[in-house]
Amino acid sequence: MTKKRIRTVENWITIVFFGLIFLSMSIYLCIYVKNNEQTLIGNSYNSRQKLLARENIRGRIYDSDGNLLAETLTNEAGEEYRSYPYHNLYAHAVGFSNHGTTGIESMAGFYLINSDISLNEKMENDMAGRKNPGNNVYTTFDTDLQNVASDALGVCKGAVIVTEVKTGRILAMVSKPDFDPNTIPENWNAYVNNPQMSVLLNRTTQGLYPPGSTFKIITSLEYLRENPTALQDYTYTCNGKYVDEAENIDISCYHGSVHGKLDFVGSFAKSCNSSFANIGMSLDKDKFGNTLNGLLFNSGLPIEYNYSQSDLKVDSKTSDYDMAQISIGQGDAIITPIHLNLITSAIANKGVMMKPRVIDRVTDGNGKVIKTYADETEKRVMSEDEAKALSLMMEAVVLNGTGRKLQNDHYTAAGKTGSAEFNGNKEDAHAWFTGFAPVDDPEISVTIIVEGIGSGGDYAVPIARRIFNCYYGID
Amino acid sequence: MLYIYTEISKYMITFLMILYCLECVIYEIKGEPVFDHNGIVIRQRIYFVLIQILAFSTLCLKLGQLDYAFLGVMDLIVLLSTVVLMEMIYPSVNKVLANNMIMLIGIGFIIISRLDFNKTIRQFVIVTVSLCLALVLTKLFSYYKKIRDLYIVFAVIGLAILLMVLILGHTVNGSKISFSIAGLKFQPSEFAKIIFVIFIAGAFAVADKFYRVLLICVVAAMYVLALVFSRDLGNALIFFITFLFVLFIATRNYAFLILGFMGGAGASVIAYRMFSHVRVRVQAFLDPFSKIDNQGYQITQSLFAISCGGFFGMGLSKGVPEDIPFVESDFIFSAVSEEMGAIAAVCLLMICFSSFMILMRNAMINRSRFCRLLLVGSAVLYIFQVFLTVGGGIKFIPLTGVTLPFVSYGGSSVMTSIFLFMICQGVIVVNNDKLYEEWLEENDDSEEEYSDYDEEEDTNS
Repeated sequence: MTKKRIRTVENWITIVFFGLIFLSMSIYLCIYVKNNEQTLIGNSYNSRQKLLARENIRGRIYDSDGNLLAETLTNEAGEEYRSYPYHNLYAHAVGFSNHGTTGIESMAGFYLINSDISLNEKMENDMAGRKNPGNNVYTTFDTDLQNVASDALGVCKGAVIVTEVKTGRILAMVSKPDFDPNTIPENWNAYVNNPQMSVLLNRTTQGLYPPGSTFKIITSLEYLRENPTALQDYTYTCNGKYVDEAENIDISCYHGSVHGKLDFVGSFAKSCNSSFANIGMSLDKDKFGNTLNGLLFNSGLPIEYNYSQSDLKVDSKTSDYDMAQISIGQGDAIITPIHLNLITSAIANKGVMMKPRVIDRVTDGNGKVIKTYADETEKRVMSEDEAKALSLMMEAVVLNGTGRKLQNDHYTAAGKTGSAEFNGNKEDAHAWFTGFAPVDDPEISVTIIVEGIGSGGDYAVPIARRIFNCYYGID
Repeated sequence: MLYIYTEISKYMITFLMILYCLECVIYEIKGEPVFDHNGIVIRQRIYFVLIQILAFSTLCLKLGQLDYAFLGVMDLIVLLSTVVLMEMIYPSVNKVLANNMIMLIGIGFIIISRLDFNKTIRQFVIVTVSLCLALVLTKLFSYYKKIRDLYIVFAVIGLAILLMVLILGHTVNGSKISFSIAGLKFQPSEFAKIIFVIFIAGAFAVADKFYRVLLICVVAAMYVLALVFSRDLGNALIFFITFLFVLFIATRNYAFLILGFMGGAGASVIAYRMFSHVRVRVQAFLDPFSKIDNQGYQITQSLFAISCGGFFGMGLSKGVPEDIPFVESDFIFSAVSEEMGAIAAVCLLMICFSSFMILMRNAMINRSRFCRLLLVGSAVLYIFQVFLTVGGGIKFIPLTGVTLPFVSYGGSSVMTSIFLFMICQGVIVVNNDKLYEEWLEENDDSEEEYSDYDEEEDTNS
């Protein structure tokens, strides 16, 4: 018999069309689940944290030496509470989980509330009616450095961040004023209702400050890019002022100093505003804008803490007046301490910016390592030669410039001070220091800001000295 | 002990779902979707029963309510007796399609009962009634030629229903979709779907001139516009896509398909400009986390559920899918993904796609043009709705707020889905019977030849 064949091409096209849609949808679903299993659980709108808390006891947080920074205990009434043995010391760095989550408590939340002990043990705990121990997180923090940094800041408002140059590990992160995370639930309203103190703000990552003279590092980088022989060629005679009446520019050196004849390194070491205004006026604005963007201005930083974005846009529309102000770190520029530390560390690390990290490893309740974190390179932000030149200039700051207080017999140091004026008042200045040690083969970088206290050389450098001394074990 | 049992049953369910899907794949690879595949069918049914037992026993033990055991037994009785009854009345029914249907309904029962037990009872009653009615409906479609000739009547009834909703319907969440008769709430646009498919299949089956095709286009456009003005854009899109593919397969004209997609894209842009709730949904799709407090709330909660479940799920009753607004109707897939895991969720998608394939392939071998188009229309209608709801829930596409057929809670939705599949079974049965007769005839021929040969042999000896 003759079978009438029915044409089926169109049917197959329809099948393939929907087949491809369903295939891509399934793949999308699997990838989404794989990528977001950890990230979304930390969201405060996600109620599933509480769900896991019913089965697991939130894990512990340790510093790099195994000192306990946070643990969950049970009080007499049988209620769990989070305990922070170091009280105020790690307020911002470790954060808290008893009133929302911040800091490490937030970024490592997925690990802390999950338990990776064996199924066998889980079953035993289940039979015994016990909760499972959550995973423990070992951070990169060094409690000695953290203590010194916190003591050195004292009662001043400000921030200190200490980073291992070659790995990007953050060794200390202090923001003042601080608080005791043990009592956050009781004091929450008092903190929130006092915005002037902004106690809850992590100033290392969220505080936006005018960079002051520390910005001369960036101005110098751009000048070196445009004039590779500047170290040899540049000269300027400072009479205490840079004046350009046509543009209404009138910039004077800090405390009215007159620096006289200066080369490029000298201008930097003495932090001569007049010379740098002069340098700034010669810069190509578009290229400068690109350099700024390359250094992560106006964009995201590779950190997991809540942070603010450093902001400074320069392009051909920027006026000469603004250029002069920007070159010495005044004007519209604002930067976070961690961002300045990233740039400083990159200079110390031969131009390569490392991704900062605060977690070394995660272990299960029995101490078995379940995840280790490797050092990650973020990107190269300047050439090795540029880094070398800047390093040389920063060394000069310590040898015969504003950072002389760092001179000692045990280690070499390099850095840049800053005194960032604010409120337009010459008397009010934030004291900055950013630098690293030792100069030849840098190990750690330090960035310090002390709010409203005076010059960086007088107030921030001594803090850096105490931190370096602590790191090198000098009393 | 309870912990061990629930953990093991969680992995077992995933495993059984995978096995079930493998059987679907084997069935597709074997080719000709006719006649017996008893091995596959019986194995699938065993997996189905095991999944139901594991799931309801877990729920029963975890929540400490015996009601779940009772529901589990009842639902096994109803669903299994449906397929058995179907095979007794219509021996040549497509058994894998029937399995898929009860599998999906079964998963729906598990998840809905876990979300809200009382709603499951209501759903259960509706499913039971629908299945009984549908058995009759299947018979009705052996007279498909008469139904085909009534396509104008269907066109008018369908349009009348939609217009009635437009004028008299209640407004829920910005869309006019529901309608109350004697205290019972209906979503007539769900039933209009079946009528629409019958209408376009019938109309295209007899359309021999170009102007008649155009006429069908105009009437179909009226359907879509009626839905657009009711602000039921999800269903408008489903009607449109269904029509487009039936048009394409009926006319075999690729230009229609391309023009249709371009028109659809243009209409989407217009809808985006015209309707604020479309804009809200697109924005919530593009960046849900920045609008987590309002427009993005639903979708982010759905994403939390999916991501938290991971590949094997939290385990039944151990997640919090109830945090997602409208979870039992619009986001049932996310709830499945959270508690049964992403692997089981992908298996669920595969079962849906397997059903689509079965309908499409039966359309290829059907002898009647009307039945072919009816099967294609039903298949596309079904699979596109699955795509809209699942894709919306996992942020693959913007949210449209339609139900997942068979699985979602909603009387009109599940009833329509059951009717649609059983109508398709009806035309499959007629065709399979025809093919079976032909096959018998062929076999008779060969037997005759064989006996001839015998005789020859005899004479030789």
